[in-house]
Parts: sequence; C-alpha cells; structure tokens
Amino acid sequence: MATAISVSGLHKSFGRTHALDGLDLTVNTGEVHGFLGPNGAGKSTTIRILLGLLRADAGQVQLLGGDPWRDVTTLHRRLAYVPGDVTLWPNLTGGEVIDLLGRLRGGLNPRRRAELLDRFELDPRRKGRAYSKGNRQKVALVAALASDAELLILDEPTSGLDPLMEAVFRDCITEERRTGRTVLLSSHILAEVEALCDRVSIIRGGRTVESGTLAELRHLTRTSISAELAGPPDGLATLPGVHGVRVDGDRVRCEVDTSALDGVLAHLARTGVRSLVSQPPTLEELFLRHYQDDPHHQDDGAGVAQ
Amino acid sequence: MSALVGTGSLVRLALRRDRVLLPAWLAVFVLMAAGSAGATVGIYPTAASRAQAAASINDTPSLVALYGLVYDPTSLGAVALIKMIAFGAALVAVLSVVVVVRHTRAEEEAGRLELVGATVVGRHAPLAAALLVAVAANVVLGLVTAASLVAAGLPAPSSAAFGLAWAGVGIAFAAVAAVAAQVTESGRAAIGTACAVLGAAYVLRAIGDTSAASGSGPGWLSWLSPVGWGQQVRPYAGDRWWVLLLPAGFAAVLTAAAYALVLRRDHGGGLLPDRPGRPTTAPSLRGPLALAWRLQRGSLLGWTAGFVLLGVVFGNVASGVGRLVTSPQAREMISRLGGEHALTDAFMATELGFVGVLAAAFGVQAALRLRTEETALRAEPLLATPVRRLAWAGSHLTVALAGTAVLLAGAGLGAGLAHAAGTHDAGQVGRVLLGALVHAPAAWVVTGVVVAAFGLAPRLVVAGWVALVAFLLLGVLGPVFRLDQWAMDLSPFTHVPRLPGGELSATPLVCLVLVAAALVVVGLAGFRRRDIG
Repeated sequence: MATAISVSGLHKSFGRTHALDGLDLTVNTGEVHGFLGPNGAGKSTTIRILLGLLRADAGQVQLLGGDPWRDVTTLHRRLAYVPGDVTLWPNLTGGEVIDLLGRLRGGLNPRRRAELLDRFELDPRRKGRAYSKGNRQKVALVAALASDAELLILDEPTSGLDPLMEAVFRDCITEERRTGRTVLLSSHILAEVEALCDRVSIIRGGRTVESGTLAELRHLTRTSISAELAGPPDGLATLPGVHGVRVDGDRVRCEVDTSALDGVLAHLARTGVRSLVSQPPTLEELFLRHYQDDPHHQDDGAGVAQ
Repeated sequence: MSALVGTGSLVRLALRRDRVLLPAWLAVFVLMAAGSAGATVGIYPTAASRAQAAASINDTPSLVALYGLVYDPTSLGAVALIKMIAFGAALVAVLSVVVVVRHTRAEEEAGRLELVGATVVGRHAPLAAALLVAVAANVVLGLVTAASLVAAGLPAPSSAAFGLAWAGVGIAFAAVAAVAAQVTESGRAAIGTACAVLGAAYVLRAIGDTSAASGSGPGWLSWLSPVGWGQQVRPYAGDRWWVLLLPAGFAAVLTAAAYALVLRRDHGGGLLPDRPGRPTTAPSLRGPLALAWRLQRGSLLGWTAGFVLLGVVFGNVASGVGRLVTSPQAREMISRLGGEHALTDAFMATELGFVGVLAAAFGVQAALRLRTEETALRAEPLLATPVRRLAWAGSHLTVALAGTAVLLAGAGLGAGLAHAAGTHDAGQVGRVLLGALVHAPAAWVVTGVVVAAFGLAPRLVVAGWVALVAFLLLGVLGPVFRLDQWAMDLSPFTHVPRLPGGELSATPLVCLVLVAAALVVVGLAGFRRRDIG
C-alpha cells in the first residue's frame, strides 16, 4: 500500500523547548488516520511542518511523495487543511472565504459547496466577525471538503461543533473515505476517532508512543479483574503483567495486561474462584494510560509489546 | 455603582500589560521637551536674540502652521518650546488614543474582554479602567515633563503650565478615543478615527494660527481645536491656567457620551448593525493581491481622502503666504531671497515634507498588516494553499508601496490644484505634484525597514514605527540640537530634494530607491526561510 505521509525521526525546537523529539508517523493512502496526544504533545507542530509552514530541524518528512518544505506549491494543490483555531477576516463573509480558499487551491465544486452549506446549516452571507466559533469551524470545513484535494489534514476540526454537526462531520468523512481520500485527523474526541479511524498514532512529549489499528492497541491494554476467591491469592502480585493488586480478605482486584490473562486466570483457578468479573479496556482507559505522564506505565507497556 | 465593579483589577491588568510601553513613551517625551529646552538656553542667551528668533518664526507662515505662534518673544521658555507645544501635544494625544483603544475595542475585538467581562466586572469598568490609566499616564507625563523643564533651567510655575497643557490635550484625545472605540467595530478603525479627529484639530489650529499671525482671517478657529487649547494656555507667556478647563470639560462631555454609547450597543458590536453580505465571492477576488486590496482598500480610501483634504488646505494657505508677511524688514528679506514666489515655494516644500512623513506612516501600517495577518493565524490557511510565500508577502507590500505613492499624489494634486486656483497659474499643479511625489522613495525606505524586520526578526516589526518616529524627530529636532550632518543624513527624508523651488537631482532619489529595494529583498529572503507563526 502506498504511503501518503511518512515521517521519521522528526525534531523541532523553538528556542529551548523541544516540541518534537524524534517523532514517527506513517499514514497510508486511502486511510483515515487518527492523530492523538495530550495538549502540547506536538500535534499542531507536526501538521505545520507537513504544511511547509515550519521547517524541521532534523528527520525525514515525505508528503504525497514530495518534500513539504521545498515542493510547497505542487503539494498544496493536492491537499486541503482545516486549522484547529479558525480565524476569519472580520469584513469578509463566510461564502467569500470559502470561494477564495477554493480558488487559491485551484477551484472547487459549486454543487458540493451548496450541498455542504446545506448539510452544515451554515449561512454564507454573514461577516467573519459575526460567526461563533463553531460556525467559523464550519466555514473552514466546507472550504476543505468542497475541494477535490486527495489529502485532508484536519487539526481538531470538530472543536466547537454541536453534536448534531459532529454527526454530519462524521458522515462526510465516511463518504470521503469511500471515495478514496486520505485523511489525517487530529482529535481529542475518542468516540469520533473510534468511529472514523482505520489506524491511530498516539504521541506524547514530541514522540510517537503507540501506532496501529484500534484492535492492536486494545491488545496492549489491561483488563480489570475483580474476583472472590476460596482463599488468599498468594503470589498473584509477582506474576508478570499484573498491576495494582488490592486484596481485601478473600476479595481481590487487579489490572492485567491482555497478553498475560491466561497465566492470571490459571493462577486464580488454582486458588478456587467463587465469583469473577472481568472488564475489557475502554478506549478512554487506553488513551488515558498513554496520556498520563507516568514513565512506569510506559515502560510496562513497552515491555509487554516486545 | 455596580457598573464600575472590577475597575481596580482592570487598571492593574492594564498597567501590567503597559509596564514597558508607558515608561518608554514617557521617557521619550521628557527627553524631547527637556532636550529642546536645554539646547535653546545655550543658543539664545539674551532677550534680544530670543526676540529675533521669535520674530523669524512668527513671520514665517509655514512655521506658524506647523508649530504655532511664540506668544512672548522675550520669554526663553516660549521660544525654547515652540516646536514642542503643539507638535509634542499631538504626539501625546496619539499615545492617549493608543492606550485607550488598546484596552477597550482592541481587547473586545480579540475576544479577551469577553473572558474578563464574564467575571465580576461591571459594564462600564473596561472603559473606566482604560480612561483612568490614560488620564493618570497623562498627568504623570505632564508632571515629570514639568520637573525636567525646571531642571533644564526654566521657571517652575510656567513649566507646570506647559506639562499640564500637554496632559490636557492628551486627556481630551483619550476621551475622543473612548467615543471612537464605541462607534467602530475594530481597534484599527477606532485608532484611525481618533487620529483623523486629531489631524483635523491640528489643521484647524494651523489655519487659526496663521490667520492670527497675519491679523486677518478666522483666528478664532484655534479655539475650536483641542490642540489649540494646549497652545492657548500660553506657558511662559502669561500662563493662562483657566484654559485648562476647556480640555477638562471637553473630556468630561465626551466620556459621558462614551458611557451612554456603551449602554446602547452589544458586546463586540458597534453602533451600526451588521448587514448580511455576499453569499459568494465576486469574480475579482481570486489571488493574494486581490485579497490584500480587499482588506486594505477601505483604509487606503480613508487615508487618500484625508491627504487630498490636507493638500487643499496647504495649497490654500500657501497661495496667501506672500500676503501674510507684513513687516517691512521681512518683506525686504524675502525680496532678497527671491521674492514672494520663493517664500511660497519654501512654505510648500516644508508642508510637503510633512506630508511625506505622514505617507510613510501609511506605508508602515500597511506593511505591518503582514505581521498582523500572521499572528492572527489568518496567513496560515492561505499559505496552506498553493499560494507562494513571496506572492502573499508581495501582496500587502504592493499595497503599502503603491498606496504611499497614491497618497502623495493625492496630497500633491490637492495642494497643486488649490494653489493653482489661488494664483491663477495652472503650471503650479505639476510643480507641486512633483514636490509631493519626490518623497515616495524616502517613505519606501521606512516600509523597507518594516519588511526587513518582518523577514529577519518578526517580533521586532515595531521597528518600523520606531524608525519613522526617529526620522521625524531627527528632522524636527536635528536643527535645534545642531546635530552633525552625518546624524541628519541617517533619515531618508533629509535626502529628498526640497521641491518646488529647490533643485531636482536624481541621485539621492535613485539611492533611496536602492536602499528601500535592498531592505525589501533582505526581508523577503528572510521570510522565505523562516517559520510561520
């Protein structure tokens, strides 16, 4: 499968701050790729390097087969961008901005423009200063979606949209994927990521900490187990892949790496199980684990992954 | 007064934000005033020498129009501070306008006032805080200036009158800015509106003062101008303290009006309701240059109208200059220098030099739009399209450079036509127009400074304004301080041929164009290589 974006070992500093510290990112052509990480992790910096707005200090960056810093004009003809913080010219109407950005990109489909305005319920006659945050976001979304760019780079595109409009956005992206467009979607909304993304990359502190399909990532997380046993659970805490053991008489609660479940269940069965509740990891837990600034968690995860 | 709750906190916030800006401006003003006074004390030691200097100013209409009249020819202070009393007051007024708009409309436009306004802050508190800071800054400025003048050797009571005259003008325009900030929807427009009022006030007193100097015409016009009130305090020439009541009353009335307007409008809105605009773009809006024109055309139209008007006023005054000079000695001196024509030409050349600096201010403002667009994140979506960086930067730069020339042409045509009508000599149009246009290369150098800073050190783009003020002060104060020629040569405006009347030489103009081009090239090369944002 061809790759639309391939980044490896990307570094970028602003003065003394290292915004990116060896970031890797691979987006395959035709996929919707979720780009996740806590605030300040370096998502927007990466996107701005991909757009040729910032110059990388070190590392390899390939975008649609070109160099984003050198081949600005040719690459920008083939992509559309929605910034996370959309500001409009106060005295231009939304419709004017949509048309202007479309023309600069080399034309947009008027039928699709009208259809998108309708679906997003956006009034194109209002001036930039009169739009709310959500409506400004819609202006940028319509401008990007109405173009026939092969790559969409979306930086938290739904911030400020109401749930109804978020659903419209999801429908649009699903349609885009069907037509074979590639989407890089930076987002904090986990339900959105779960519904739309084929693969995700999670970054923290300017590095990629995890990358893969959601199923693959789930596999790396922990199942929480709560059991009532026939006797005290001796030696449970020393098993590999077992975390946070709390014993209260014959009751035990713990977190188990998915790959270590077999051994733990066998151990519990030897003691004798009266009742057992096991909960699969939620997406939130998956992300929170990666977002939390706790090096131990990360080391454990990496150990299991190997 | 629940509408004023939170004013104290906002005042502290404003002072925290302005902790560099205010002391820096204050220092500049104090140095300007004390420097002028100190330099003059040495130059005119005797009453007779001062009387001669005063007479040469009062008999020259172009100087009276620019600076005002010396009301007591024997007074050291009146002679020493003639260049500061009206001109310096106008600069103090600009400071007041910037401070008030910065903490009111500009904050509201940026959305930050909304964040603050949702806390326990009364409806009137932001405006009250901005005005308090502006008034306090003006009073401190006046007192410190007075103290520095005393230190320079001038009498204390009159120095206090001078400082308070400046403060009075500043406070009057703080109130003008308070009203402008309610009427317009953008900070830029509010500053522009208030400065247009300031320009009109300055011209009004220029007409009034020249009329008073000649003893005929509407001398009372000076009394309609807040800048004129500052002069009419007549520090060092009678100290008419009661005149200070005029700016105080004016400010009180306008402040009340501004508070009334606050109650009549929505947060973020102006007084005029927003009408729906075009649902689609006109076919003409299709490139970066078209966008830059669309964004800046309103401002350029406003500036052009102002410049034409200013030109007409100067042209009108110029054609009467010869008649204004009445004393036999002055007439004899003039005929020795080449007759009334030479006097008119000299007046016109001086006024056009002033116009050149003003046009450079437009160039700075228009070129700074590049940085504003960048920091407001509006450049980012454009540069994410196939638009090249140079094409985008070039668009606003074109507006800045061409706009400067358009303004000079406007002022030159206005002055030329008015002058031609007054003298019944159509040939004046071309001469005066040329005299205005020769300032374009010097103004472009200042624009070049902005572009160079924008490309190489974008955080320091304000260097454009610093350079312009420095060049202006060099031109005004250089002769007072008797600076060496090399120091005067630092200003591009020093090299502009004085037309009409002087000799037109191409060399300095070509050199200025080359310097401007070099600055632009360096800036654009830097911009191509640097990070955006």
